[in-house]
Amino acid sequence: MKKDLLGIGDLTRDEIYLILDTAEAMREIGQRPIKKVPTLRGKTVVNLFYEPSTRTRTSFEIAEKRLSADTLNIAVAASSVLKGETLVDTAMNIEAMAPDVIVLRHASSGACHLLSRICRSRVINAGDGMHEHPTQALLDAFTIREHKKRIDGLKVVIVGDLLHSRVLRSNVLLLTELGADVWVCGPSTLVPIGVERLGVRVSTRVDEAVKDADVIMMLRIQHERMNGAFIPSVREYFNTFGMTPARVARAKPDVIIMHPGPMNRGVEIASEVADGPYSVILEQVANGVAVRMAVLYLLAGGVEGD
Amino acid sequence: MKRLLKGGRVVDPANGRDGVFDVLVDGDRIARVGHDLTVDAGVTVVEIPSGFVVCPGLIDMHVHLREPGQEHKETVATGTAAAVAGGFTAVACMPNTSPVNDNAGVTEYILKKAAEANLARVYPIGAVSRGQAGEQLAEIGELHQAGCVAITDDGRPVATAMLMRRALEYAGMFGMPVIEHCEDQTLKGDGVAHEGFHASALGLRGIPGQAESIMALRDIALAELTGGVVHIAHMSARQTLDAVRWGKSRGARVTCEVTPHHFVLTDEMLRAPIAYDTNVKMNPPLRETADRDAMLAGLADGSVDVIATDHAPHHYDEKRVEFDRAPFGITGLETAVSLCFDRLVHAGVVSLARLVELLSVNPARILKVPGGSLADGAPADITVLAPDLAVTISAARMRSKARNTPFDGWQLRGGVAATLVAGRLVYVNENLRISGFEDLRI
Repeated sequence: MKKDLLGIGDLTRDEIYLILDTAEAMREIGQRPIKKVPTLRGKTVVNLFYEPSTRTRTSFEIAEKRLSADTLNIAVAASSVLKGETLVDTAMNIEAMAPDVIVLRHASSGACHLLSRICRSRVINAGDGMHEHPTQALLDAFTIREHKKRIDGLKVVIVGDLLHSRVLRSNVLLLTELGADVWVCGPSTLVPIGVERLGVRVSTRVDEAVKDADVIMMLRIQHERMNGAFIPSVREYFNTFGMTPARVARAKPDVIIMHPGPMNRGVEIASEVADGPYSVILEQVANGVAVRMAVLYLLAGGVEGD
Repeated sequence: MKRLLKGGRVVDPANGRDGVFDVLVDGDRIARVGHDLTVDAGVTVVEIPSGFVVCPGLIDMHVHLREPGQEHKETVATGTAAAVAGGFTAVACMPNTSPVNDNAGVTEYILKKAAEANLARVYPIGAVSRGQAGEQLAEIGELHQAGCVAITDDGRPVATAMLMRRALEYAGMFGMPVIEHCEDQTLKGDGVAHEGFHASALGLRGIPGQAESIMALRDIALAELTGGVVHIAHMSARQTLDAVRWGKSRGARVTCEVTPHHFVLTDEMLRAPIAYDTNVKMNPPLRETADRDAMLAGLADGSVDVIATDHAPHHYDEKRVEFDRAPFGITGLETAVSLCFDRLVHAGVVSLARLVELLSVNPARILKVPGGSLADGAPADITVLAPDLAVTISAARMRSKARNTPFDGWQLRGGVAATLVAGRLVYVNENLRISGFEDLRI
């Protein structure tokens, strides 16, 4: 593996499978009465979060603690940024205290690349702007594989705000690399220019897109996009793209429904679907811990000089 | 002082010359250009090495000198030092300083700093609107009287069609062009890179080429309406070039410029060699291959009038941030000539004579400033070029205060040998030994 995990593009297909296989073993640790192994004892992991995050930050922190790493959370409020310390200066100060890993969440695409150029510590991207969220894609793949026993040849449909989604970009790279037939679907105002060059089918008709799907992955529509700028209204969005039981019925009988969270019930997904029998949304959350343990172990678990 | 430049290839398209001539400089003027000129004792003879080119001084009609107000980025002194090292004997500087050059006081300040630096000639460009706010016209007549050669709200477009109309009409009284930074700001939004596959994949907000061409079409229509002269700055999109061609074919008074980075680089630079390198963030952004190739075609077929650098120095700290937070712009004065030789002349895109038109003759004509000619009696603004010199671009060794160039480390063929402004030697390439040009040697 490379020094850092900045995006799915940093991983070969073999490395993706290695992470998924390692995550199987890590999940078993989470099922023990004492959920802790000494693998990262003496290693320091800094969770540097420039954006509010409950799920991802908690998931990383639990993963780090289960591996016995010393963890430190730095939540940088927008006000501190305004006070004037740059990302580079903050990173160099943290770096001076010699952590082994920095987990970064940041609103700017490419922030992790900047950090990786100035830090000796390993950098894990926990979401950078509209760019990538690689551990989310890995945990999604882990969840899909658990249910379907394979990824190659599956029809995976991703529906929602494609333009602003880092989850989309990481999932497209990972799922196409592993041979899935990936469809992306959303209103034409929220489709990134040239996304078809990433090897996906693009559709603006959700009924067509979900037909015979093995996996339906919903993406969140953010509030600031809702009122006229990209879509006319919540009501129209739900009518046109919302995942309803009727739409789910067009997919394969054993379809699974995924969502990276946080969900907007009644906006992109009906509650009957989110809470229904096909939903694996909470399994995704559980698997997130195992997958992040695997990434941390594979990046930082070795002896210095490996 | 008299100096005879002997044995160089004189490329002077304004006077139909391209061949080996001697150039006799007397004081601040060109005394004579001819074959095998004989001279009296006391005249310094410069032995121009064989193959070197002697041409009218290069004029960069689009630079940001940052003074007054942003001296941490650049000053008139450092900017003009960079200019002469890049072969430019004159630069026209943009008004988006702090305060904005929207009144004679600022213009006079810039000219005073230029006189103190005493390197390249500096032609200030005034603002179209007060404070570049896009509301009221600046005192354009007074700016003209103080020494401004054109007006622009560069950095942003002239806000409304009505204001642009008035600017074209009003500036026309003084014979000045309106230089337009074409950008429909509603279409640009908060974009930071060319809207295309690479920006999409990197999660960067896009700026389509049409954000530029829409504004160019508006301005060409207004030039027709008013009879005014519009010059389209730093053209980047193929659609804009089509607009300019259309305007010229209709007889509209429109000219345009292209920067070296827009005819050399594409948006692939966003990903590699350095992903999210803020030194490939500029406005307009690097566009896709079809746009870059269109710029080369426009340079070759005569649709493009000028090569200008849009030299936009920024401090190291300002660029060492997240991509979307970095300011737009790169330096250009000290890389332009090498990029032009390597990618245009040696690549067979344009002839040397055409390059001199693009870098000297046409900017002088559009701005109505002296230069662009080696006629007898013309000001002795002369650039000596070394077409086959092996050049390695080094940001650390530049005269500019700033280091924000994506070309650091590039190896290119062709460079600047020496620069004379008003007959005075202001730059000699330290890697060359030219007999008769010793007076600058330390």
